[in-house]
Amino acid sequence: MSSVAIAEHHHVEPPSSTGIAHDKMGMWVFLCSEVMFFTGLIGSYIVLRFASPLWPQPSTVLNIPLTAMNTFILICSSVTMVQALSSANRGDLAKMKLFLSLTLLFGAIFISIQGVEYWKLLHEHTTHYPNGFNPHASLFGSVFFTTTGFHGFHVFCGVVCMAYMTGKAFLGKLTKEHHQGIETLGLYWHFVDLVWIVLFTIIYLI
Amino acid sequence: MDHENEQKHKAPNYMAIFYWLAGLTVVEVGWATLLHTNRKPLIIGLVIFAGVKALLVALFFMHLKFERKTLGLIVASTLILGVILVSVGMAEHYLPRP
Repeated sequence: MSSVAIAEHHHVEPPSSTGIAHDKMGMWVFLCSEVMFFTGLIGSYIVLRFASPLWPQPSTVLNIPLTAMNTFILICSSVTMVQALSSANRGDLAKMKLFLSLTLLFGAIFISIQGVEYWKLLHEHTTHYPNGFNPHASLFGSVFFTTTGFHGFHVFCGVVCMAYMTGKAFLGKLTKEHHQGIETLGLYWHFVDLVWIVLFTIIYLI
Repeated sequence: MDHENEQKHKAPNYMAIFYWLAGLTVVEVGWATLLHTNRKPLIIGLVIFAGVKALLVALFFMHLKFERKTLGLIVASTLILGVILVSVGMAEHYLPRP
């Protein structure tokens, strides 16, 4: 066996000064920057909402039952993601592939339902918004579409990465010994779920 | 490798966490429906429910509970900065102008 083949077979992680894998630490640092990003958006929403006396009650404009179901779907995707990692840790590669596929499916369903919600809001004519609820209609419309739109974009990016990871799993490139990418992607996915938990409460329910 | 971390401690009961998250979501929607005219208890209750759900996801799904304290400090410092940012914005609205 050549020295290159030996090196590839016995892959050794470079030592980390923090005790945490480098890619995982990198993802956490990235997520901290994303916390600041979403804090800016959510904080702006809160400040504008409390400063505006004419802000409509969200339940009169938005479809709460549909979004509650969508929230449930995203929570399910978080569960399947963590189960995929747990399966990979145990060496149960069949369950790992199943749970990765389910996470991808739930993520795609979430994006689709959000797309349907946007389409209905933009095209339905109500007493409050005779020309449809859109970013030009009101401050609420502008902030709503900006905040949920950026979150939806993050979910879309997560779905694309999830499709890549699921593809890798089905091609046999993820094993019990080498599946760090699942944990790293999982951190991003759970973060996206966590942000939606906050957004759903603040924008849809309060 | 870091997955050894999960194997060293007992894996959390992910389904139990899921039931809590789903249950709290139902409670949140019910709370918002019943108290939509009573703003203070509505906001306080919903913020608490959202906070608990976020903590469950962060601690158990993101495994923050089982990671080194260094990581917890990094995340906590970011959250503190976020709270300061939002508080300054709200103080601008609520505090009297000089």
